Amino acid sequence: MNGSDVVVGIDTGPASEEPRAAAKPLRLSGDSVFHGAAMFAAFVAATTLFGTVIAIAYDSRLSIHAFGIWGFLKSSEWNPVTQTFGAFPFIIGTLVSSTIAMVLGVPVSFGIAVFIVEIAPEWIKKPVAGAIELLAAIPSIVYGLWGLVVFAPVFAQIEPWISHSFGAIPGIGALFQGPPMGIGMLTAGIVLAIMVLPYISSIMRDVFLVVPASLRESAYALGATTWEVAWDVVLPYTRSAVIGGIFLGLGRALGETMAVTFVIGNSNVLSSSLLMPGATIPSVLANEFTEATTKLYVSSLIYLGLILIAVTLAVRFLAVLLIRHLGRREGAAA
Amino acid sequence: MRGVLARRRAVDVVSKILMATATVIGVFFLCWIIWATLKYGIPGMHWDLFTKDTPPPGTDQFGLRNAFVGSLLLLGLSMAIGVPIGLMAGTWLAEYGFRSRTAETVRFLNDIMLSAPSIEIGLFAYAAVVAPMGHFSGLAGSVALAILMIPIIVRTTDEMLSLVGGDVREAAIALGAPAWVVITKVTWKAARAGILTGVLIGLARITGETAPLLFTALNNQYFSANMFRPIANIPVVIFQFALSPYTNWQQMAWAAAFITVLFVLVLSLVARWFLGKVQVAK
Amino acid sequence: MTADQSEGIRMVSAPLSVKPPDTAQSSGATPAPVKIAARNLNFYYGKFHAVKNVNVEIRQNVVTAFIGPSGCGKSTLLRIFNRMYDLYPRQRAEGEVILDGQNILTVKSIRQLRSKVGMVFQKPTPFPMSIHENIAFGIRLYEKLPRSEMDDRVRHALTKAGLWDEVKNKLNQSGLGLSGGQQQRLCIARALAVNPEVLLLDEPCSALDPLSTSKIEELLFELKEACTIVIVTHNMQQAARASDNTAFMLEGTLIEYSETSKLFTTPSDPRTEAYITGRFG
Repeated sequence: MNGSDVVVGIDTGPASEEPRAAAKPLRLSGDSVFHGAAMFAAFVAATTLFGTVIAIAYDSRLSIHAFGIWGFLKSSEWNPVTQTFGAFPFIIGTLVSSTIAMVLGVPVSFGIAVFIVEIAPEWIKKPVAGAIELLAAIPSIVYGLWGLVVFAPVFAQIEPWISHSFGAIPGIGALFQGPPMGIGMLTAGIVLAIMVLPYISSIMRDVFLVVPASLRESAYALGATTWEVAWDVVLPYTRSAVIGGIFLGLGRALGETMAVTFVIGNSNVLSSSLLMPGATIPSVLANEFTEATTKLYVSSLIYLGLILIAVTLAVRFLAVLLIRHLGRREGAAA
Repeated sequence: MRGVLARRRAVDVVSKILMATATVIGVFFLCWIIWATLKYGIPGMHWDLFTKDTPPPGTDQFGLRNAFVGSLLLLGLSMAIGVPIGLMAGTWLAEYGFRSRTAETVRFLNDIMLSAPSIEIGLFAYAAVVAPMGHFSGLAGSVALAILMIPIIVRTTDEMLSLVGGDVREAAIALGAPAWVVITKVTWKAARAGILTGVLIGLARITGETAPLLFTALNNQYFSANMFRPIANIPVVIFQFALSPYTNWQQMAWAAAFITVLFVLVLSLVARWFLGKVQVAK
Repeated sequence: MTADQSEGIRMVSAPLSVKPPDTAQSSGATPAPVKIAARNLNFYYGKFHAVKNVNVEIRQNVVTAFIGPSGCGKSTLLRIFNRMYDLYPRQRAEGEVILDGQNILTVKSIRQLRSKVGMVFQKPTPFPMSIHENIAFGIRLYEKLPRSEMDDRVRHALTKAGLWDEVKNKLNQSGLGLSGGQQQRLCIARALAVNPEVLLLDEPCSALDPLSTSKIEELLFELKEACTIVIVTHNMQQAARASDNTAFMLEGTLIEYSETSKLFTTPSDPRTEAYITGRFG
């Protein structure tokens, strides 16, 4: 049997040299077939991102042509009957629900991460960490079901209190007016917050653990309290990865479909109150896609999807960039 | 001086209470959701769920057989598409690409895809498979699920293969084994626990995914095993039944949710157990 | 170790002679033929010149040991003989290494080379498979054998490596479950299974306990009848015990090469003497 000269992976470490590729590419040896298959698979994995954007952009072209870019973005009219479509309410809905999710979720995630890493006694660490990770394992449709059937009725009891206390505050009071339906923009934001908790807190936890022990220990040796170590030493050190983790959570919240669809109330009309129903891009896609009758309707829905992709892509790109940046700095994967 | 110290200590105590409260909040919601799933899901469990197909609206019957079968077919086909691609791509990264610019770029792109919203992937599958075919199909659904699964498998395979020491590889090469034999018969074998974990995690990720199936596999009231047409599946059935006004449908939605959560939890636990074995072997 | 004091300190600047030592097992017998002949062999790790103009002839069916302090190039030299350096593009060899009339450095079929020249590494590296499969792996690369014949070959290899009795009842268990010494003998059996003509051993006992070490040294004594053995060791006593010829290297250069007994009792070069008397390295 003639040997091929394809060399196989021996990575001798960070400053590794790379083995040569096949010296005889024309002969169909087992090595070149395998290498080719591996390259092809890597190519597929790398290009799905672009394929996704291109395919969706392509299928939006009918709607882009009809409504343009700016016109579509600022129009609030979504009318299948008259075949006029505008994205504004859904963009706002997506942004608002995600903002609520971040405002509520980030501090709680931070608290969980700090608790697990700095405060909890050894025997609690693992079970608690495991429990929080379980939150990520629950499928989003179950969140939706729970949100609608179990959480919303309970929340409907709390809503009168919210509109009573916050509704009176001048300026933002208008955000909290409305009948206590239990579902709505605020409910969606809360459910989203719960959903992003495991993602943000586990990234925070991972990066907090990467902080060198010497740094932590010297802070404690100076007499710093646990809070001061977490806030003044650990957090600044891991800042870029923490922000990356937040972006990751944001990307999740922006694209979340099923949970939101169940609890947001599905009103295509923009409302000023968080207690009122609304809609997000994912929720309108879930609700209306299968009933879209005309080509323009379908194309407009896909156009909405294109806008969503543009936003989540930017967010996710930044997230990965920031998280890998800390990883590179530490020589450890975040 | 004493005032400053007292204030700092107070801040520390308050912050500790807040952090603990945050953790309690997280665990509380987890327990609440699991409790609700058990409370509403278990009463809906009947043998009929597995032996009869989904009933038409307005009847009193139970049945989810076509949805279970459809889901298994979808998951099976997704794995058939996603696992080979993910495995080979991860192998390329660990065995051929290493830390080259190209490989790092692939890893970066893969990481971005890890957090891709499933609804986007569903739209892509619509544009790439449903639209050209002219109709919805289970195949399109599996393509979408495979795309969701691939980044996870790529990443785990890449990391696990990189952990395999160079010594074992050199020993195989010294015997005269060609590269592909070394990789498939030695390196893959050495990393198999870790790679399997990646597959299990990927499977857990796509179980219960609804959004991508809404634009691809759709649903089917009847029993069907034809992947080239719409096919019944658990997540979309839950969606449809939960929002309906029929009691038996709602009960079935909860029962299906319960089974899904159970399945995902078992997968996650098994995956974590495997990962534990990998850590020990390190 | 007695040194010949009358030699004094002499600077040796010319490359040492390549004359192979006469190593007949019994006195007066004709010297063994040359199995591997390295001529003007140079090796580079990138810019670093690791092996400098080495000329050496390895005799057939004897055990040749390479000794020297860490970094002297002995392992590097060994790994040239089965083209292991091929995996790393920044490593390259120049010169000639003739094995059976062919130049190892430019031979086309590396796999054929590696079937003739086997290697055992410093750290025992059983494959993550059963003991039986570990041995069968190498055989399957070259031959398609029916089950019974494969079993025979496996048994034969394990017997040659002195491991058969210890593992005959657990052939289906993982190779990783064996002790360190057993794992190394498994690796030796694995290398022997493809019937190599040359066996290279790179510090094979450095990770093992003394009992396992002596077992392996006994093995070498038996194996050399069918095989040419080259062993790199940092343990001088091992070289003295187990080898017929010894080569001493320092900073990439071959300083002295002669019959083991002669090198250790009356070394010609003062550097050799300094090394074996423990003055450095």
